Amino acid sequence: MKFTLSWLKTHLDTEATLDEITYALTDLGLEVEGVEDPADTLGVFRLCRVIEAVQHPNADRLRLCRVETYPDGPDGKIVEVQVVCGAPNARTGLVGVFAPVGSYVPGIDMTLKAGVIRDVESHGMLCSERELMVSDEHDGIIDLPSDAPLGARFIDYTNRNDPVIDIAITPNRPDALGIRGIARDLAARGLGTLKPAPIETVEGAFESPVNVSIDAGVLEKGCPVFYGRTIKGVQNGPSPKWLQDQIRAIGLRPISALVDITNFMTYDRNRPLHVFDVAKVNGDLRVHFVKGGESLTALDDKDYTLDAGMMVISDDNGVESIAGIMGGVASGCTEDTVDVFVESAYWDPITIAMAGRKLKINSDARYRFERGVDPAFTGEGLELATQMILDICGGEASNVVVAGKTPDTSRSYTLDPARVISLVGMDIAQDEQMRILTDLGFVVGDDLQVAVPSWRPDVQGEADLIEEIARVASLTKLVGVPMPRPSTGVMRAVLTPMQKRQGMVRRTIATLGYNECVTYSFIDKASAELFGGGSDGVMLGNPISSEMSHMRPTLLPSLLQAAAKNQARGFADLALFEIGQGFEGGEPEDQKALACGLRVGTTAPRNAYGTARSVDLHDAKADAEAALAALGAPVDRLMVMRNAPDWFHPGRSAVLSLGPKNPLAVFGEMHPKVLAEMDVKGPAVAFTLFLENAPFPKAKTKTRPALVLSDFQAVERDFAFVVNSDVEVEALLKAANGAHKKLIDVVNLFDVFHMDDGKKSIAISVRIQPTAGTLTDKEIDAISEQVIAKVSKATGGVLRG
Amino acid sequence: MDGIQKLKTKYLGEIADAVDESAIETVRLAAVGKKGEVSLKMRELGKMTPEERQVTGPKLNALKNEINSAIMARKASLADSALEERLRSEWLDVTQPARPSQAGTIHPISQVTEEIIAIFADLGYSVAEGPQIENDFYNFDALNIPPEHPARQEFDTFYMYRDKGDNRPPHVLRTHTSPVQIRHMEKHGVPTRIIAPGRVYRSDYDQTHTPMFHQVEGLAIDKDISMANLKWTLEEFCRAFFEVDNVELKFRASHFPFTEPSAEVDIKCSWAGGQLKIGEGDDWMEILGSGMVHPKVLTAAGVDPSEYQGFAFGMGIDRLAMLKYGIPDLRAFFDSDLRWLRHYGFASLDMPNMHGGISR
Repeated sequence: MKFTLSWLKTHLDTEATLDEITYALTDLGLEVEGVEDPADTLGVFRLCRVIEAVQHPNADRLRLCRVETYPDGPDGKIVEVQVVCGAPNARTGLVGVFAPVGSYVPGIDMTLKAGVIRDVESHGMLCSERELMVSDEHDGIIDLPSDAPLGARFIDYTNRNDPVIDIAITPNRPDALGIRGIARDLAARGLGTLKPAPIETVEGAFESPVNVSIDAGVLEKGCPVFYGRTIKGVQNGPSPKWLQDQIRAIGLRPISALVDITNFMTYDRNRPLHVFDVAKVNGDLRVHFVKGGESLTALDDKDYTLDAGMMVISDDNGVESIAGIMGGVASGCTEDTVDVFVESAYWDPITIAMAGRKLKINSDARYRFERGVDPAFTGEGLELATQMILDICGGEASNVVVAGKTPDTSRSYTLDPARVISLVGMDIAQDEQMRILTDLGFVVGDDLQVAVPSWRPDVQGEADLIEEIARVASLTKLVGVPMPRPSTGVMRAVLTPMQKRQGMVRRTIATLGYNECVTYSFIDKASAELFGGGSDGVMLGNPISSEMSHMRPTLLPSLLQAAAKNQARGFADLALFEIGQGFEGGEPEDQKALACGLRVGTTAPRNAYGTARSVDLHDAKADAEAALAALGAPVDRLMVMRNAPDWFHPGRSAVLSLGPKNPLAVFGEMHPKVLAEMDVKGPAVAFTLFLENAPFPKAKTKTRPALVLSDFQAVERDFAFVVNSDVEVEALLKAANGAHKKLIDVVNLFDVFHMDDGKKSIAISVRIQPTAGTLTDKEIDAISEQVIAKVSKATGGVLRG
Repeated sequence: MDGIQKLKTKYLGEIADAVDESAIETVRLAAVGKKGEVSLKMRELGKMTPEERQVTGPKLNALKNEINSAIMARKASLADSALEERLRSEWLDVTQPARPSQAGTIHPISQVTEEIIAIFADLGYSVAEGPQIENDFYNFDALNIPPEHPARQEFDTFYMYRDKGDNRPPHVLRTHTSPVQIRHMEKHGVPTRIIAPGRVYRSDYDQTHTPMFHQVEGLAIDKDISMANLKWTLEEFCRAFFEVDNVELKFRASHFPFTEPSAEVDIKCSWAGGQLKIGEGDDWMEILGSGMVHPKVLTAAGVDPSEYQGFAFGMGIDRLAMLKYGIPDLRAFFDSDLRWLRHYGFASLDMPNMHGGISR
């Protein structure tokens, strides 16, 4: 909210400087967002006189002026300077505005330097209004009356020395939406005193021809009280200059006296009003809820259709005003208005907020009523407005008509001064606590019962009183007080096993060469659908764009989009990963912790060693297993199941599962169709870990099982089997491993070779580890025979000749 | 006599002249092989008189030994020069770039989150988490933001779609990490000290806002925790996080529905040459919002506000990362540009901790 310093001073008697005031405002919680101080921008420009203006010797259109300047003000020394000036009205005797060398001239965005113009020195500038940015006038330099006080600051002479302060007001402080409320805060802080502002009652000279009623259901909550009165014979011309200046200074446009007065009341006292043109009101006014479907052209010239339950003011013609939000054009005031009916009502914040939001009307009235205006000021506000209208527009006031009665918001809370100190951690004396509350308008009674003023709807308990005391006492003074750890001694670990696991997985995957990404949790519908998501259950009601409309089922589509973008930038080979949430549904418990990795292109940049090769399924498998191992999953015991979701290549993907029903990870080559849809140039392989699925180790002890080593030499034997192409290696390895459980230590695959006839050769090496004594050749041969027999039985494989 | 000396001269000369193993072998056979000249001479010893034998025998033996030694020495020398020759031939270009390896990176948000966790863990805070799709009770009502409160509008909330038949208020994407306060106190009670880092969402997208960002919530509840403790905690945090000894914070009154009194916290800094320096200069920069937990919030979480009190704060993790590491654009955090990830990312084993320093 913007206000001028002079406006503030109509309520606050203060000697404080602008800096002191802005500092205090921010410190009080009324954060200053900007200050426009004319003294900063225009303070350096002073009135001067042209002693003599003669033709420039070398330029037809330029004049050479001897200027009498007053760098230290009217009472200071006089300095004569020479200025070259191009203005047509530069003449001997002119009183103008001088910009000295070194000053910044806003209109030309330049800091003046002494210069030489066509061989003649020039030391400053005579300014036009446009150069000072006070108007667009640029036909000549500023030409002031000859008796204007030489040496005076331009801003003082033209009454422009009124800083505008812009503050942000938090939603709990409707009282600060009126300048008087701001003044009250500053006074409580000690920056002056709040000026008394007695309200004088205007006696009614006649019976108001317009009456008001409030429907029974509305009276209870929506509109407990409505004050109004007719003022006859007003003249609604332009408002006086002081009012126009203030209205303009706070960023509004002067419209007419009546509108400007209502705006003044809104900003001065947080008391929005509405003024009806009596000539256009048919019968009495009635406050009620609408049935729905009624329409109205409001004062912003837009048509609104009302929903059932919205609160309005109607006359016999129908709806005339959307209560507390915006009036209608039909009964609004114009320049020709003669008789007016002034409305000052208390509108319920929630009712106004709901209607305002539905209608999407952002008016000053709505903004204030939904935060809460002072209900006790409803009648007084009308009196104040009446007096102002009579003063500015003339006319004669009727009696006041009142419907309903002012709601009783009186309440009080017990303040415990010790608790203030305990909570805030600042030693604020009890007297000072009471002084602050009193200055803010609270009434401190016996037994520390504190009554809340009617303009503070936000204060609803002791905690609010404490906040008032703390902010006025100034939190800047707060001094930190150490808070020891809850337990003494060595710090305890704080992470849960799941949190530790996520950290381990993250660092493991990065160690594998992946770059971690953080991508948006929402994604476009089409991409979500490719990965089994995109239902209405995970849809946003108000997405920011169609690219971010659905919560993603998994992180893969986001990584693929990232890959596509990077490929477009010229990076073809990528390894990206993310740890985050997948959303299976729209309920809080439907999120799953996932870690996804994606490799695209080749394993390395092209290099002299020939190590670059296309990424493949087995890279994804290796990464998935490494990451699973990092989170403590029993990688050796996992089942490899061919039921990966259909965004993977059906023949080149699998689920790693602990038992048939607990998938820990899925990996594989991305389905070519998915890659095409997502604009990613393959090959691309990926894995997803379901972080919550892997069991946590149950062991209570940190002791490792004993290491059993054999002293006998191990023997390795190689075998090559020819099997059908569709035989899976795992079956063969298992069979070999099972040939002699006690002595076969490791079975290692070292070659797979596809032959032409639908067969392949699988070469394994079997490591035999004797435990009781060195094996004889015969014993070793026997084990080899067992290996061959088992493999043959399990896979139909025959030993390659 | 002459004969032996001749032989010696002859064979030692031939050994010295031998250029490779086979030449040496030839010499060896010719000299001390079964039918070699020296061997033949030794065979003749039998025919000699004992006196002759006593003179000639040792001489021949000495000759044989000398030749054998010379052969060994020559062989070793040949092997040395062969190795030297091989090594000379095995010269490689050491300036050639090494075989490429892949170094992954950790995203600044993860890194900074771990830094924050490390610092607060040292102060006795554990880490709490909560869902990102949140119901409006936890996101708003429990935090003293009733349905029609104007503050609700100020959050730019994302709402989840609701089916026509479902009359519950729509869920929201949590607008802050504060709901975790309630969930945590409900489940674990008080006293408590937690931080809750995580993703939050607001419908805002421009130069300095993204619809998703990261916050860390802090909560400390006990019987006598004051706002002065809050200030100390934040001072300690900033000192540790920004790794500067002189940190100055300023509390400025503000309003949040869930805390009372509330304060915005500014940190003293300088912006010389576009570069931020914490702990010096004359500027103040807002870094977080905080306050004493509102009694209504404690009540909503099942805690008796007449017995317990404490503070809460919320800071932007992304913003802290930007400030500490000089990362200019928030939007780039979520863009996954490989160049950005490599430039601003962290090494996989660069793990923040208190004993080694929070960053490298």
